Amino acid sequence: MKIIVCIKQVPDTSEVRINPETNTLIREGVPSIINPYDLHAIEAALQIKDQDPASTVTALTMGPPHAEVALRDAIALGVDDAALLTDRAFAGSDTWATAYALAKAAEKIGFDMIFCGKQAIDGDTAQVGPEMAEFLNIPHIAYVKKIEKIETGKITVHRLMDDGYDVLESSLPLLMTVVKELNTPRLPSIKGKMRAKKIEIRKWTRQDIGAEDSLTGLNGSPTRVSNIFAPVIKKERKTITGTPDEMAAQILDELKALHCIQPG
Amino acid sequence: MRLFVNADECIGCETCLAACPYAAIVMKDDKAVILEVCQVCRSCISSCPVEAILVSGESMQEKQPDFDSYQGVMVFAEQRHGSLAQVAIELIGAGRHLADKLGVCLTAAIFGAGQAEAEELIKWGAEKVYLYDSPELKEFNDEPYTNLLSGLIREHKPEIVLAGATAVGRSFVPRVAARLSAGLTADCTSLDVDLQTRNFLQVRPAFGGNIMATILCPNRRPQIATVRPRVMKKGTYDPGRKGEIVLLKAPNYDSRTRVLESVKEASEAAVNLQEVDVIVSGGRGMGGPEGFKLVEQLAKLLGGGVGASRAAVEEGWTTYSHQVGQTGKTVCPKIYIACGISGAIQHAVGMQSSDVIIAINKNADAPIFNVASHRVVADAREILSALIRKL
Ligand SMILES: Cc1cc2nc3c(=O)[nH]c(=O)nc-3n(C[C@H](O)[C@H](O)[C@H](O)COP(=O)(O)OP(=O)(O)OC[C@H]3O[C@@H](n4cnc5c(N)ncnc54)[C@H](O)[C@@H]3O)c2cc1C
Ligand SMILES: Nc1ncnc2c1ncn2[C@@H]1O[C@H](COP(=O)(O)O)[C@@H](O)[C@H]1O
Repeated sequence: MKIIVCIKQVPDTSEVRINPETNTLIREGVPSIINPYDLHAIEAALQIKDQDPASTVTALTMGPPHAEVALRDAIALGVDDAALLTDRAFAGSDTWATAYALAKAAEKIGFDMIFCGKQAIDGDTAQVGPEMAEFLNIPHIAYVKKIEKIETGKITVHRLMDDGYDVLESSLPLLMTVVKELNTPRLPSIKGKMRAKKIEIRKWTRQDIGAEDSLTGLNGSPTRVSNIFAPVIKKERKTITGTPDEMAAQILDELKALHCIQPG
Repeated sequence: MRLFVNADECIGCETCLAACPYAAIVMKDDKAVILEVCQVCRSCISSCPVEAILVSGESMQEKQPDFDSYQGVMVFAEQRHGSLAQVAIELIGAGRHLADKLGVCLTAAIFGAGQAEAEELIKWGAEKVYLYDSPELKEFNDEPYTNLLSGLIREHKPEIVLAGATAVGRSFVPRVAARLSAGLTADCTSLDVDLQTRNFLQVRPAFGGNIMATILCPNRRPQIATVRPRVMKKGTYDPGRKGEIVLLKAPNYDSRTRVLESVKEASEAAVNLQEVDVIVSGGRGMGGPEGFKLVEQLAKLLGGGVGASRAAVEEGWTTYSHQVGQTGKTVCPKIYIACGISGAIQHAVGMQSSDVIIAINKNADAPIFNVASHRVVADAREILSALIRKL
């Protein structure tokens, strides 16, 4: 099985703070991590490789040169090799242009399966995976929470839905986006860490993957961020005081006023 | 800009040769090839039965050639297990508002439902409903859904398309956007239009809710947005409203993936947190499994759902399906009662748009009070016990 895992290097959003004066993100000192969901995508690929050692797992990312660190972290976990798409031409990509570039690179690498995280914690869009599948003209299954079985040329998985789950069968090749319930990511091994230090990481430009200039980066992005602002909390605030019993009575009155419970 | 044939897809049927008014397509090694004389009239694109003809070289920075022919608002109305999703009705409300402002028509697309659901959409405000009622579409499947919605958009050219940011919408709508080279903005929390440019102003949170961003799609149509359930308000229901229902059948609903089984989870966890009016949510401050039981009891008495912080889930007091926040569910009930939850940003992003937030925390400086509408500085276990006694 030839497997690609798409990983993204993201700022740890739990560490991101807003500068209240300028309404901008304070990014200094915010650590970069592998998008948490992508760790589950890596784990899913590695578990398939554990079952079938003839498999190869390639980590793929698009980002600034520094994103190489994320790929080395993936190697340390047991991924075989890695490719980094890095080029000024990719700057300003929205999800459409990101998915296009990743799809071009995936074609170059070759695959039976592609894993993505459910979403990236910086953009939170969950769009890149399905868009990539469309560009590759392969099916995809989003929110995979269990891989039931893999047979020749097909796979059976559980997909998380809002009110339960669906069991689906798909032909391969297939792209899957994964949720946390799928597995528990492993920790890097000593051997893996050593390999990660030494390994040569392929770096590809726009031309290397044969991407059209007009569809790459800002040129290939239908959407534009027009302005950024701090969330406004417009809620009027009420303080409830008294003894626990009094406070409970006041909360009940509020709930009644909101028609949450019948009066009386 | 030029057209080219994806040789992997081309089946050599020669249909495009006949469709080309400029004789710009020839066969080479049993595959169609487009010559330099091509005028990019695009006649061949729609003639191709396997969608093997693609456009390239059209930068999204340039206005799409048929930009001005796009008009109207279309809502993808989701059904699940045969009934209309609440979010579909909410989007009809939001879509009605946008369509009125733009002075255009509001249409809806619904797959796998029947006349009754289509009529409901009209009563909620749609003027026209495209209904694919085939039972094969009852179960959500990405490929047929993508084909049908892309087809409707190509044919009717709405300038704005809205869909729910649900498991369904978030899965197949990106494929539609990729196919149509359309802009797609996920999880919008507010929507408006700029009447001068007719640009769609889509506001969404980013960086885990730390900032809000307005997204535009200035050169491409349609402009597609997904919206989470419970974010938009329903419009007015008018049982007398008349509209048109267009019943449609597709030649096939083939897919490379197949739904073998669709399981509706029967446990209490299945109370869909995104659909309930009231959520009682507990965090580490509930102190233990018995403390957390109070949260469950109150939720039951109020006919609501049980939420939890990640800390409470990690302690094992409840299961992951109850987790609210960045790595859990985003909820927007009428009332969210946060008990013993500190209000870390990762939790807050999942619940801060709830209408009323009652926070009970014994630490007066807990960040949860920054998003709360009702501030209760007290021991959550005492307050919950008192509430349960009174109900
Ligand atoms: C990448 C990432 C993703 C995350 N995703 C999520 C997510 O989706 N959802 C989520 O919830 N968290 C998430 N977290 C974790 C989040 O940062 C917090 O750690 C978590 O929300 C804390 O839960 P808590 O408020 O229950 O616990 P604590 O932070 O321990 O707070 C407990 C609170 O209870 C109060 N308290 C204690 N005793 C009482 C009492 N008797 N009565 C009243 N109040 C009392 C305390 O004052 C305190 O404020 C994520 C973290 C990361 C890094
Ligand atoms: N720049 C990128 N490089 C590699 N993979 C990415 C990139 N952006 C997104 N992805 C993948 O797509 C998933 C969804 O991202 P998003 O659509 O941004 O929420 C992530 O979990 C990754 O698996």
